[in-house]
Formats: sequence, structure tokens, C-alpha cells
Amino acid sequence: MDSKELILRRIRSAAVTPALHKRVPVEKRPASLEAFVERVEDYRATVYRTTRNDIESLLATLCENKQCLTPEQFDFFIFPAQSDKDYSHADLALFDTTITMCAVGIEESGTIVLDSGPDQGRRAITLIPDHHICIIRADQIVATLEEALQRLDPTRPLTFISGPSATSDIELVRVEGVHGPRKLEVILLED
Amino acid sequence: MSGGGIRPSMSFSDAARETLKNRTLRHNLGFATRTICSKREKVVAEIADWEQTRTAGSMLKDEALANLEENLLILEEKVVAAGGKVHWAATATQAVEIVAMIAKSHQVSKVVKVKSITSDEIELNDGLAAQGITALETDLAELICQLADDSPSHILVPAIHKNRDEIRALFEAKLGVRAETSEPAALAEIARTHLRQKFLEAKMAVSGANFAVAETGCIGVVESEGNGRMCLTLPEVLVTIMGIEKVLPKWEDVATLMRLLPRSSTAERMNPYTSIWTGVTPGDGPQEFHLILLDNGRTTVLADAVGRQTLRCIRCSACLNVCPVYQRTGGHAYGSVYPGPIGAILTPQLLGMEHKNANTLPFASSMCGACYEACPVKINIPEVLAYLRGKTAKNPAESSAFRAAFWMMSDHRRFSAALKGRRLGVSIVSGLGLVKGWTDSREMPEVPAESFRTWWSKRGQ
Ligand code: SF4
Repeated sequence: MDSKELILRRIRSAAVTPALHKRVPVEKRPASLEAFVERVEDYRATVYRTTRNDIESLLATLCENKQCLTPEQFDFFIFPAQSDKDYSHADLALFDTTITMCAVGIEESGTIVLDSGPDQGRRAITLIPDHHICIIRADQIVATLEEALQRLDPTRPLTFISGPSATSDIELVRVEGVHGPRKLEVILLED
Repeated sequence: MSGGGIRPSMSFSDAARETLKNRTLRHNLGFATRTICSKREKVVAEIADWEQTRTAGSMLKDEALANLEENLLILEEKVVAAGGKVHWAATATQAVEIVAMIAKSHQVSKVVKVKSITSDEIELNDGLAAQGITALETDLAELICQLADDSPSHILVPAIHKNRDEIRALFEAKLGVRAETSEPAALAEIARTHLRQKFLEAKMAVSGANFAVAETGCIGVVESEGNGRMCLTLPEVLVTIMGIEKVLPKWEDVATLMRLLPRSSTAERMNPYTSIWTGVTPGDGPQEFHLILLDNGRTTVLADAVGRQTLRCIRCSACLNVCPVYQRTGGHAYGSVYPGPIGAILTPQLLGMEHKNANTLPFASSMCGACYEACPVKINIPEVLAYLRGKTAKNPAESSAFRAAFWMMSDHRRFSAALKGRRLGVSIVSGLGLVKGWTDSREMPEVPAESFRTWWSKRGQ
């Protein structure tokens, strides 16, 4: 008998009574942008609130003197950012900053979620450079985890990000950044 | 000692006698557990219906286990449909063999690893080393333990028994670098630089999984540092080893799990990074994905009506931090990669109560009930402890007394009457003359009488 058969036979002979758990739907409520911002900042990320009119000048300031990368599809103009052209991982390590959009924001936990969509790019581009600027539209922010999951497509690669990379492994002292981007800046577009 | 495993080489009381001598360890652990516990209370208090969320978590896991065969088969089908391969491993040896075989088929002699207790359970690193394959730990604490040839002492903060100066000396000796200071930030920077090149060069990664979803075929890994993202994203080949009990039925269940896990674990609203993926995505991440479904004793636990609840465990380590015994002895005393209250019930069940040292673990408790109160999936650890104690045939006096205790504990009124007005944790155990091993060797932990009573009264609800 192969291992699969063996394991399944043992599960069957454990004879656990089938059970169905009644899932209580979580009430939908409007998300609070204030609470979202407060929670993102709680993780020591920086949040900027702005509008479509002003975002390009904000980006210009944040990206000044940096080697910047954007996904292939990106709506805003940043000089002199380059768009991702299938760079090797070693090439990606030469960039300082990556600027992307995101898929969903979660008020409850202060989380942004990337789903590798065309305006976010493949996972490596938001991982290797040390600085990530993530733009989120107000209408992308939902109140609860449940609502976020409903909006997301589980077949895409998803990354839930709650603040910059961090460790508390040495004497429980929190240090920002071990391997992921050590600096996370979130731009909230309010219009 | 390194490599982990779950086979204690001595009895708990002998091992505890050793670790209790280590003052630094006790000091560090005391500090760590107190800090995490007080932070945890704050983020838990934010959830209006925490009790309801715990109940949902426990019912969800029970449902997953009750339909385990179906869930695993659906998961397999979905992973395969998304371009992944699924392997079934009945034992630790089989799982290690599968990982080695995959590595060899790619001529890989070095793999990078994301922290995974399951891989420590099966002693993957040693098993691979025996076949000429080096496994490099990339989680900062695991790296520290690996360099020190030491075993982790806590599920969540495995190197909590080492202080900054020890870590600095270790890095200087093993990595051939000079550290400017012993500041944690400077030490983390050394680890970053050391591992960066390894991530960029790695062809194959091995990870564990915090959950999988049957309905969608996706796998989730929860972490803080980004080493997980590196391993899950950059190499060409990814192998994930997952205990069969980690599967969740539905996509929406991830919400309940993620509301419970980071709060109970690191005392955060959410951990910095959670990666979720399904099979292979063209142009993004590893182009070859293997999922190993591991039994290694879990189906035996499943077959036990009382012990089964142990499989709900989401490895958050909340029960360790609140445990008066763990706070003093530390993780090493449990002789297994699963320490603390969860280890005291999981290790002997995975190995069987015939295992001569593992069967002393259920006695590593004052029965204060704090672990049950803290557990986000409501595993009644004291109940399982008492039950397992009753199964030990070694000392007939102990054994029958514990059967009596279990009988008493399984009836609410009988139990509260018996314990009314007494310091519960200590009295039930010492009153029955059962704590030998642990109490005569050292100070009896102070047991918060209140918490056990609160626990017990809540239990009836
Ligand atoms: S037994 Fe409960 S509290 Fe302990 S690690 Fe498992 S889930 Fe967490």
C-alpha cells in the first residue's frame, strides 16, 4: 500500500463523526480611513494622504536621488523611474525603491495586500529593493479581513503586508528590517 | 545538540533539574514571557468578541479534522490543477527522503529554509546532511541556533535563551565578521548581509505552512522578517512540508485564523508578512512546487477521542508564555521541538505513551489551567494532560490517582466541589500526591488560583 492509501485509511479508521461548523457572517460596515492610517503607522510605516492632483509631486520628493522601479503598468509619472523589464534578481538588488499600487487595504489590522496584478508586478520587485512605496485608493480599504478575502482572488500570489520587515529575535527588541524592505511608505489617494 | 526531533533523551524532571540551574535562561525567559503576555492582552482586548472568535476557531478546526480525508483530497486536486505536485509521507523518514530526492533531481546541494517546526520535528536538517545536502536556516533566531549548534527553546522566539553579547560573539566567530556593537539592529544587519547573497543564489527552498485551504488549494506562510518571502519567491524550486492537520476547509476561514494567530503569537494585530500562493504562477516565483503532506503520528492522535483536540493547534505559543512550569524550565527541558503545555500533550501522543521519556511530559504541569484560557482554539490542555497521565502504567499509584483526577475533572460539579476554596492548581496535583518528579526537585511554581477557577467556571458555558 502506498503512503497516501495508508494515511487515508488511518483517517477513515479514526472514525471522527463528520461535523459542519456554522460560519457566522461578519457584519459589513464602512471602513474608517482614520483607523486604517493609525494602524499602518503603528507598525512604524509612514502614511501620506493626498489626491490625484498632488501625487506626482509627492512621488518626485520621495523618489529624489533614488534608483526607482515601477511595475510595467503604472499610472503616474515619476522621473526617472524605470519600469520592470524582467530584470534578474541580482539586477533588482541595484534598485533602491519600488513604487506600486495594491489590491486591498484592511482597516482592522492595518494591512495592505498585493495580488501581483499588472499595477503591482511580480512578487520579487516589492521584495528585493529596500524601500517600498505603496499607493492605495480610499475605495480599496475595507473594514474586515472577511471583506478583504471576498475581494481577493485566492489563485493569485498574495502578500499581506503589515508594516516593514521586522524582527524581535534578539532580546525581544524590535528591529525594523531584516530581509524585506526596511522602509514602507503608504500613499493614500483620497479621490 | 541540533536538528531537533521529538524524542526526549531523559525524563522531564531530570531535564528540568538541569535547566533550572541556568539563571540567565530563567531571567531571559521570565522577561520574554511577561512582555509577550502583557502586549497580548492589549491586542486581544481590541476584539469585542474574542471568546466568540476562539469558539469559531475551535469549531473550524474540528470541522476540518472531522472531514480530513475529503479536505486533503480536494487540496491535492487543487494543488495539482495549479501545476504543483503533492506527496504523502506517512513517517518522518519518508518526508526527508522526498525532500532529498527533489534536491538530487535538480543537482542541488544547498537549500534555504524558512523556519518550520514541522521540519524540525522530522529532523530534516540532519537527514539532508546525511545525504550531502546543506539546509541553511534563514530566520534570524534559527540562524543563531544553527550557528551555535543549539536547539530552539521557544516556538516563537527560538533564541530567547541567548543575549546580545552571546549573539555578537557567535556571529564574529562563525561568520568571520566584526560587529561594531552588540545592538540588535547591528546584529540584524549582519544577518541581512550574510543571507542576502544566499537568497539570490539559492535554487531550492524548503518551508513549512501555517495553513492550506482545501477549497482553493492555496498555502499560507506567516512571518515577520521577510526571509519567508525570499524563500517563497526567489528560488526556482519550492518544497513545503505540512502536517495534515493544517488544512482549512474554506477560503473565508483564513479570516478567523488570521484574527487569532498573530494576536496569540507575537501579540500583534497582524504579523508583517503573510504569503499565500496556489501551485505555480507563470512568471512569478518558483516554477516548480511540491507539497508534502505529513502524517508522522497525527492519525493516531486523530483516532483518540480525548487527545484529538490537540490537532487543532495553530502553533501560536500562547500556552508557553502563560505556563508557570515553562517560564521556569524553558523549552529545552521538554526534550522535543514542541515545548511547553502543547509539547506536554503533543509529543507523548505522537510518540505513544510507551515512550519512556515522553510519557513523563504530561506530568510537567501544575494543572493551573492558564494554557487553556490562553489557547486561541480552545484546546483543553489540562483535560488532555490528566487523560494522558492516566494512561501511564509505569507507576500504578500515580496512574490510578490520575484516572481519578480525570474522572473528577470530567464532571463540572464534582470537580468544583472537590476544589472549592483551595488553591486549585497545586492542590489537585499535590493533594493527590502526584507531582513527584517535578516538585521535589525544585520550587513549586506559584499557581494563580484565580485563573484556574475562572477557567473552570467558563468551561461549563
Ligand atoms: S495549544 Fe493552543 S495556545 Fe498552545 S500553541 Fe497550540 S494553539 Fe497556541
